[in-house]
This record gives sequence, structure tokens and C-alpha cells, in this order.
Amino acid sequence: MPTMKARVKVTLKNGVLDPQGKAIEHALDGLGFDGVSGVRQGRYFELDVEAADKTAAEASVTAMCDKLLANTVIENYEIEVS
Amino acid sequence: MKSAVVLFPGINRERDMMKALEAGTGIAPVSIWHTETELPDVDLIVIPGGFSYGDYLRCGAIAGRSPVMAEIIRAAKRGVKVLGVCNGFQILVETELLPGALMRNAHLKFVCREVRLRVENTDTFFTSAMNKGDVVSCPVAHGDGNYFASDDKLRQLEDEGRVVFRYVEGTNPNGAVNDIAGVVNRQGNVVGLMPHPENMIEALHGRTDCWPLFEGLAAA
Repeated sequence: MPTMKARVKVTLKNGVLDPQGKAIEHALDGLGFDGVSGVRQGRYFELDVEAADKTAAEASVTAMCDKLLANTVIENYEIEVS
Repeated sequence: MKSAVVLFPGINRERDMMKALEAGTGIAPVSIWHTETELPDVDLIVIPGGFSYGDYLRCGAIAGRSPVMAEIIRAAKRGVKVLGVCNGFQILVETELLPGALMRNAHLKFVCREVRLRVENTDTFFTSAMNKGDVVSCPVAHGDGNYFASDDKLRQLEDEGRVVFRYVEGTNPNGAVNDIAGVVNRQGNVVGLMPHPENMIEALHGRTDCWPLFEGLAAA
């Protein structure tokens, strides 16, 4: 089976407070970067996945996100397979 | 009541918990190693505090998917009582045995201090010896205790009286929504809380406010 590269982006859902993002925003402001707002922190994963084809790889990574990589109570995820 | 304490790599509050359980129930708890897939025959399984698997990915995320947790989820569905304290609570929300999520403390700092807790629900096995509205002192020690649930889930929790412990106004140490410190599942047999009641039960702890929680286990 071919090996494909999956890239997963996990971000906080809208409406979930992100105190870390806020702290980063303050730090950017302190460094003199004006006009920055709405900073949100997330997570990024890269995985090498063996699968029959791209669709199968996407299905497999989606299951991984639902079961472990993201906490779907507070987080959304985006998957890209190449 | 026979009890067991689950041990994951990185858990560090198990000895206090085992001592408290033995004092409360009169029977020494057995320990369960995280790789075990057969649970001992007990009435109560306790997941203590610490930093399971270094809290990698998210607090409690890796422990929540370990082999022993799959068995504990099955046991909980059968009605076995489960208590999670601190990291144990984080693990229980990661397994979805309890609703919501525990996020980074709102002020981003680890808190290690005493808070005041109000007992809101006395129908659980852990609070049966308390009176509704009792206020107790209890230590907290965590970096990720900021309880969060969606508006719908929160309304449901409140409507069903499933908030077991609430930080007394002004002592919320982490920004938890509705001052929530501990909750119970709908079935009523799974309780989780961020504070450490096992560390407020004997004179050496400074106060004994939380002793009735453990004393009550014998009758629960």
C-alpha cells in the first residue's frame, strides 16, 4: 500500500475562550506589532499513513482525529492528505 | 466497600488516595496497573491525580485511551462506581464518561492552594454523608482545571442537578464556567472533581473538612 502524508490542523471552536491565544496577543502587542487581534492557538500534526488510496487515508485520519488527536468538545480539525 | 486505585505512568497522588480510601472504607484498596485488562472485583475504581503520560497531547488524553480505561468504561456502564480526582477527572472527561472538557486555567498559571467548595448534590456515592450547601475547604493543584461545556450541555447539567461541587464565589481558581469544580454522570455512578479532598482529611492536613466524603464511602 502506498504511504501518504497527512497534515492535521486542530483549532479551538469558535466561542471557546483561548487564554493562551490572548497571552500571545498581548506579547505581540508588547513587541510593537500593532493592530493584531483574534489570536488563537492550535495544534499541527504530520503523519505518514499507509492506505489503499487518498479516500481511505482521509477516512482513517478522520477516525484518528475523532478518537484522539482532537477533543471534539472544544476543538475542530482539518485534514489534508497528499 | 472494596476499592481499587488505577496507576498510570506519571500519576503521583495515588498514595494519599489509597490511604484515604483505606481510612474511609476500612479495607485497603488494591492497585490496578494501566496495562491490565482484567479488573479486580471491586465496588469503586478511583483514578487519582498526577500527570499521566506527562499530560502529552492534552491532559488525560493518552491515559483515556489506554487498555485499562476501556475496561473501566465497560465497568462504569455496568454500574461500578468510578471517582476521578484532578488528573483522574481530566481522564474521565477525555473518555466521555463525564461531559465537558478541562482547559488551561484562565490565568495560565498552575494553582496550588486552598479553595472553598460548596456541595451541591448529595445523591452521589461520594457525597452521601454531606448536606446540600455544606461548604468545605479543599486544596487544588492543577494547571488545567478550567471546566468548559457547551451552552446546551451546561444547561442540561444544571437542570439535572449534576454539578456536585462548586467553587464558592470568589475562590474559583481556574475560570471554570459556572464555578464548576466537580460533576456526576447521568447514571449517577461516575464522579469527577479537580480539587484534592484526600488531602484534607486528617489533623496533619490542617483541617479535616473532606473526611465525611471518605467516611461516607463505607455506607455508600
